[in-house]
Amino acid sequence: MRTEPATATDPSGPAVDGEQAKRRGRGWLLLLPGMLWLAIFFLFPSVQLFFTSLYDPSGSYERGYAMTWHFANYVDAIRDTWNLFARSFLYAGIATLVCLALAYPLAYAIAFKAGRWKHVMLVLVIAPFFTSFLLRTLSWRTILADQGPVTDFLRTIAILPDDGRLLATPVAVIAGLVYNFMPFMTLPIYASLDKVDYRLVEAAGDLYASPFTGLRKVTLPLSMPGVVSGTLLTFIPASGDYINAELLGTPSQYMVGNRIQSAFLIERNYPLAASLSLILMAIVVLMVMVYVRRAGTEELL
Amino acid sequence: MAEGKHLRLEAVTKKFGSFVAVDDLTLTVPEGSFFALLGPSGCGKTTTLRIVAGLEDPTVGRVLIGDEDVTQLRPYRRPVNTVFQSYALFPHLTIFDNVAFGLRRRGVKDYRQKTSDMLELVQLEGYDDRLPAQLSGGQQQRVALGRALINEPGVLLLDEPLGALDLKLRRQMQIELKRIQTEVGITFVHVTHDQEEAMTMADSIAVMNHGVIEQLGAPGELYENPATTFVANFLGQSNLIRSDVVDSAGDDVVIDCNGQKVAVEGRRSHVGGRSAWLGIRPEKIFASVAGTTARNGHNRLTGGRVTDVSFVGVSTQYLVAMPWGQELMVFEQNTGQRPPLTNGDEVDLGWSAAHAFLLDVHQDATAGVMTPEDAA
Repeated sequence: MRTEPATATDPSGPAVDGEQAKRRGRGWLLLLPGMLWLAIFFLFPSVQLFFTSLYDPSGSYERGYAMTWHFANYVDAIRDTWNLFARSFLYAGIATLVCLALAYPLAYAIAFKAGRWKHVMLVLVIAPFFTSFLLRTLSWRTILADQGPVTDFLRTIAILPDDGRLLATPVAVIAGLVYNFMPFMTLPIYASLDKVDYRLVEAAGDLYASPFTGLRKVTLPLSMPGVVSGTLLTFIPASGDYINAELLGTPSQYMVGNRIQSAFLIERNYPLAASLSLILMAIVVLMVMVYVRRAGTEELL
Repeated sequence: MAEGKHLRLEAVTKKFGSFVAVDDLTLTVPEGSFFALLGPSGCGKTTTLRIVAGLEDPTVGRVLIGDEDVTQLRPYRRPVNTVFQSYALFPHLTIFDNVAFGLRRRGVKDYRQKTSDMLELVQLEGYDDRLPAQLSGGQQQRVALGRALINEPGVLLLDEPLGALDLKLRRQMQIELKRIQTEVGITFVHVTHDQEEAMTMADSIAVMNHGVIEQLGAPGELYENPATTFVANFLGQSNLIRSDVVDSAGDDVVIDCNGQKVAVEGRRSHVGGRSAWLGIRPEKIFASVAGTTARNGHNRLTGGRVTDVSFVGVSTQYLVAMPWGQELMVFEQNTGQRPPLTNGDEVDLGWSAAHAFLLDVHQDATAGVMTPEDAA
């Protein structure tokens, strides 16, 4: 929702206009560092990446590459790695749904039920960021290890067969994704729920809505902006992630991020890596646009 | 329309930690009546309302609507609806959907027709597709009212429903609310801190203070014959003069008011002991130039001197200093029968025995007096 800017009703003449122009100039000046940053570290690399994706694939790191507008790179990339794309979006999608199911009640509890523990709980949500992403993911290897307590327990209650394992399975990779991106889901939902006037929940109850109906008809619609931004902030990085598949999975759980990483850093197949990156980016942007349109929260974009 | 139901609270107490918000309250609201719970902020009136709505559980006590004990029922199972302070309209739903909300939750089939009818009753035809934020305060107030009324509750609860409106609109809505209540016949329980609002609208008023009901009755009755200093000061204004009871044998109680003898009707005495607060409403007092006879009644206090004159158009408000050092308020209609008094005039004050009242001397004479902060 955007309000029209009020029409200027300045009775005094050019002196004020000059003052306004100066103020507007100052606004642009303040934007300059950020714009420069984006230009140098986002726009320029993106263009660079685009050209790289069109290099002649017969080139190599040693011999150099020729820019030949080789659009066939994209066709080759999709043909060879479509299954990795499919797996990436599948894992990211499941992880996002699990995150949502876990984060919504958590955010609800923090917003409405935590009372004076609210701030402590919020700190706990972001506490994992105090240590490195890699370390935390590595520690999940210990947690999910074949002789570890979790596997043991699941074997005991016969959810896992006696020789079943967690580590090096899709479950481990998705669990890692869920764990690592959970705060990105929780915080936006919390921010949205915190703004919901609790009296509206009471009013729903007063008007014959059971607690569940009240949630469905009032609380959930009002917290949709948080749900939408939370799912975006989870799904987008999760679909490009490669650390979880690398550390908790095996090559048969690899996602497209793993392929990009190895193409860039190990095979040094820059055209392939660049076209994969751009395809990933394009698909994600497309999905986000459709999703946001469907969720009816265009103002996020 | 559905019949209103009577509401009964039996020995209801609500504690928040060690704070007692509602203290052993017993109250019956007859069906179809317009009942006001009046009191200053923090007196427990809103808590009482929330207990009836089921939004708070009483620490002890029972709530009955009709003859049904609803104490254990969740809010959405109670035959009550609430008009919330600041309305609590659903911001994401249209006016139509807001008003239809309760009917649709209960699966009422012809909710469309009923909702249209209700929008008509609260004079909001044509606003169906607007969102609450697109309406003015008065219109939002009417949506909140319609949203609650449409469910034909046994009891409708109104929590300071006019508090957010400006004065002019508030007066208008008071009349409107009264009209709708008469039309639908539902029991209204109206919580307010505005004594004028309560007196204008309600059939009976319970004046609450510190979690208990100080006095309950029709507006005129409460105003003319308050039983406590709090009611005397909170409902309108009162002069309270420290006096001694001389003779309470006859129909009238004779008292000694700082050396001068006056009488008060026996049924207007709320004291048993030898001392009392003599209470007189400022507009019940006639001020006359010293030595001339009071026009009305046999009660007279002499030796006053005008210390302040405020002309407010329809009336003039005087402050009169009495020999014992107290300043009394006197309000006089500007009928023009005698020239207005001026500062320093020596006056006698007179009033009818049927207009004064006697209150317990142990009560605080300033209880319930509006301070400037309260009025804001």
